[in-house]
Amino acid sequence: MSAQSGKRRPYLRPISGWWKRDPYFIRYLAMEATSILIALYALILLFGLLRLSQGEAAYNGWLETLQSPLSVGLHVLLLLVFGYHSYSWFKIMPKTLPAIHWRGAKVPQPVITRIGVAAAVVLNLLVIAGLAGVQP
Amino acid sequence: MSDDNKTIEMEVLRYRPEQDREPFFQTYEVPFEDDWSVLQGLQYIKDDLDSSLSFRWSCRMAICGSCGMMIDGVPKLGCRTFLRNYHSGKLRVEALEHFPIERDLVIVVDDFMEKLARIKPYLIPKQVRKLEQGEYLQTPGQLEQYRQFSTCINCMLCYAACPQYGLNSGFTGPGILALMHRYNADSRDGGRDQRMELGHSDEGVWGCAAVAYCSEVCPKEVDPANAINQNKMGSAIDYFLRFVRPRGATG
Amino acid sequence: MKRSNEPVFWSLFGAGGMLSALIGAALVFVTGIGVPLALLLSPDLMQYQNMLAFTQHWLGKLVIFAVIALFLWHATLRILLLLHDFGFRTGIGTKFIGNGLALLCTLAAAYLLLALGS
Repeated sequence: MSAQSGKRRPYLRPISGWWKRDPYFIRYLAMEATSILIALYALILLFGLLRLSQGEAAYNGWLETLQSPLSVGLHVLLLLVFGYHSYSWFKIMPKTLPAIHWRGAKVPQPVITRIGVAAAVVLNLLVIAGLAGVQP
Repeated sequence: MSDDNKTIEMEVLRYRPEQDREPFFQTYEVPFEDDWSVLQGLQYIKDDLDSSLSFRWSCRMAICGSCGMMIDGVPKLGCRTFLRNYHSGKLRVEALEHFPIERDLVIVVDDFMEKLARIKPYLIPKQVRKLEQGEYLQTPGQLEQYRQFSTCINCMLCYAACPQYGLNSGFTGPGILALMHRYNADSRDGGRDQRMELGHSDEGVWGCAAVAYCSEVCPKEVDPANAINQNKMGSAIDYFLRFVRPRGATG
Repeated sequence: MKRSNEPVFWSLFGAGGMLSALIGAALVFVTGIGVPLALLLSPDLMQYQNMLAFTQHWLGKLVIFAVIALFLWHATLRILLLLHDFGFRTGIGTKFIGNGLALLCTLAAAYLLLALGS
């Protein structure tokens, strides 16, 4: 490199705004950004736990807040975000696994994604159905 | 104008270090035929319009890995991308992202070459066999364990696709980590421990954020994202197990 | 080459990601939509006495702790990654603050669950 370094002047282009290059990166960032709302939901639950430990009046206040239109709206958004998280989670999952063979053939990655998404749908519905059956 | 003499505007990123402060786009009007690749378009420019244009190429058939470039912002091989697919529009050609530009479309590959050597991309036999002992045998099933990852042509499209490499060039990057997996997964190889010192580090598999765009742009369907990320579980297990493993044992 | 400590955080990230992918949406529906609006679910489901009994059962404690802690550890890794992706210099300091907050919330959840007794 040094022999001709007098004439060499390598130019490194800036990386800023790299996500604008391809819609693929926007989907990646959307996947990463679900984490912000997942953290928010965990904090809502943690706050509920705190209110529960402070007694009935405090806890009922938290329950009332959950009934406000603002809270319901936020949870509808959270529902969409968790849905996208499930989908993107199982979309990337086959990348984290060694090749899986079934009857002598490699299972294609989209099949693994579909199995994961199906499992998520079934489990989510089971939780809701299970709790719908509970009549305290 | 008949179909036989279509033309396309090729916007090519130029950079001549001895006279340009920074890269700029230069537009060329290129007549082409339906079977012309982008590489052929560049060759037309060099032969007939502007002999000062520099770019790398060799085999013209997607096996040497020399002509990687950004084509309309996507890392592609110039030789297997066709001008007709961009017709009735402009076509923008730039040097591969994330690498320093040496001149025009030619990038500096020193970092890649240095990292390539670091992962020992060759078989390190478990037990060295003497000539009279014959070949290192392998079953088709054992071959299947790594075959896909061995088809890399070092074209570096995956590096231009990897924002983590662009953000931090200390990261070993997709292609080379995939090659590391290729040798680790080879039944004849015994060099895993030597290679995984790098593999277990932040510059190794843990530098990957699973963007996985590398696997989208790979012209040989190596799927580097899969090669790297399937090692995370093993690397994590190894991380925790080393506390309980008896001294001297290998994992 | 220095061995990465990422396996610690990545394991928690993976566990939280899997848990939230499998039942996260259902939990959001139950606590944020179904129960507050009495939609498909009984509004009494999350009534004080019921939730108190739930948190006083060891299984209830485990479920609540796993959900809160793992969701947070999952989110923390990605939030730190987002900062890095947007070009912020995320050195030891940022990671310390991010993971420190997640640890603090984890300890808070554990403390509250233990304080609620059995």
